[in-house]
Amino acid sequence: MIDILIVLIKVVFAMMWFLVLALYLTWAERKESAVMQDRIGANRANIWKFRIIGLFQPFADAIKMFFKEDFTPVFSRRFIHNLSPFLSFFFVLVTVAVVPFGDSLRLGGREIKLQVLDINVGLLFILAMLSMSIYGVILSGWASNSRWTLLGGLRGAAQLVSYEVALGLSLIGLIMVFPSLTLSNLVHYQGQLLFEWLPKWGILLQPLGFIIFLFAAVAESERVPFDLPEGESEIIGFFTEYSGLKWGLYMFTDFMKVLIVACLLTTLFFGGWQVPWLYPDGFQFPWGGQWLLPHGVVVAFQVLSFNLKVFFFCWFQILVRWTYPRFRYDQLMDLGWKLLIPLSLFNIVATAILMSL
Amino acid sequence: MIKALGYFIELIKGSIITTRHFVVNMYFHILKLFRIKTKRKGAVTIQYPEERVKIATRHRSLHRLMKREDGKPRCVACMLCATVCPSECIYIEATEDPDPQIQKYPSTFIIDLTRCCFCGFCVEACPEDAIRMDTDEVEIAEYSREALIYDLDKLIR
Repeated sequence: MIDILIVLIKVVFAMMWFLVLALYLTWAERKESAVMQDRIGANRANIWKFRIIGLFQPFADAIKMFFKEDFTPVFSRRFIHNLSPFLSFFFVLVTVAVVPFGDSLRLGGREIKLQVLDINVGLLFILAMLSMSIYGVILSGWASNSRWTLLGGLRGAAQLVSYEVALGLSLIGLIMVFPSLTLSNLVHYQGQLLFEWLPKWGILLQPLGFIIFLFAAVAESERVPFDLPEGESEIIGFFTEYSGLKWGLYMFTDFMKVLIVACLLTTLFFGGWQVPWLYPDGFQFPWGGQWLLPHGVVVAFQVLSFNLKVFFFCWFQILVRWTYPRFRYDQLMDLGWKLLIPLSLFNIVATAILMSL
Repeated sequence: MIKALGYFIELIKGSIITTRHFVVNMYFHILKLFRIKTKRKGAVTIQYPEERVKIATRHRSLHRLMKREDGKPRCVACMLCATVCPSECIYIEATEDPDPQIQKYPSTFIIDLTRCCFCGFCVEACPEDAIRMDTDEVEIAEYSREALIYDLDKLIR
């Protein structure tokens, strides 16, 4: 009984974490872009004159979205048209289930893993679910029954499928180094030390894999340098016929993808919840020092470290989005098929040779 | 491959520029948060309705008609402004003035601000310096078109 309760609490916590952070990512994106461009950004939304640097803006946006007219064109295929935003939202939302937020927490003689579901194919699960969210793109383009959305959907599908290959291949080298697909094991492996002092994070063992994964993952989240399926500034693409809350769901899914990409980058290449030289009983520095900490503080450090890394990568992705102009379509395809995939194949071969030495 | 490497270097250069902007501006924002006064600010934004910049002295804003010492309009209804106006938004009806020094004055003087393009030709054309565009009022918005048709009562000030 209490086990079910613990699982329920974990599910609720993970979902809240994911949704609230994704909501505030909209705010963070507006603010960060403003700071980068010497502006101030959204700061007017207030409750009883309390502005707090515009922190109420996401809620104001959400309320606006709720009260907008939800228009379904008569020529659309109604059922699929209504289904597809929820489809892409759902498939991104479930990926948070396998993200490890920290090591296990001992509470009243119980070991509680700070992860909703520790399945042995965790990495494949995330990749599969991210691929499934392409269905939302294709179906919305098709079900709107307008030729522009259909073209947008096809463009989106072509981009996502081609970057899916590079995304998968770039991770094979990592899986060869840390022989596991379980995300918690991957993080545990990264807690070991390299040359007795350097934390054995994925980026040190797989720098090329990291770069390829970064490119492919940013392309996967359909944001500006790779936003050809959407092109929110002019071509719009597959969700042209959506309005109100359903359109909001698509935008929200985008931000959730940013967050999940940040989680993946953290877990796979930056040691997940690992803090350098932090062991279950406290810090043990390679130069001989020691700082013993109680169990609760260690877990808090781990969760904090995971969150900070995720925030950093969210910040980084927003920086990328507000720095680079969009690729042309042929450049996009060239980058995917002619550069990233050969490089990732080379990465696999090089890793294999280095490991067999 | 070499070309791709060149692009890669440019990508990094670009991101360094935006990161520098972010870090520098963030530094000044944080200083402001701790109430430390600096000469430079983190943003160039002017929070408009509360905070206003002074308009340059040579600006052109809402028109006004000048008065004589006794409070009558300085305008002598010579029609030069109505003639020069490219948007044809000035309508004047002249009446005889009892004072032989003045001879004419406008009984109606209407400026249709929905048509006015604020070119300032009327100010240039006026021989009596009777019309000026120096009221500092640039927020001329109304809920109806009729409210933007200004007559003598509204123009004289």
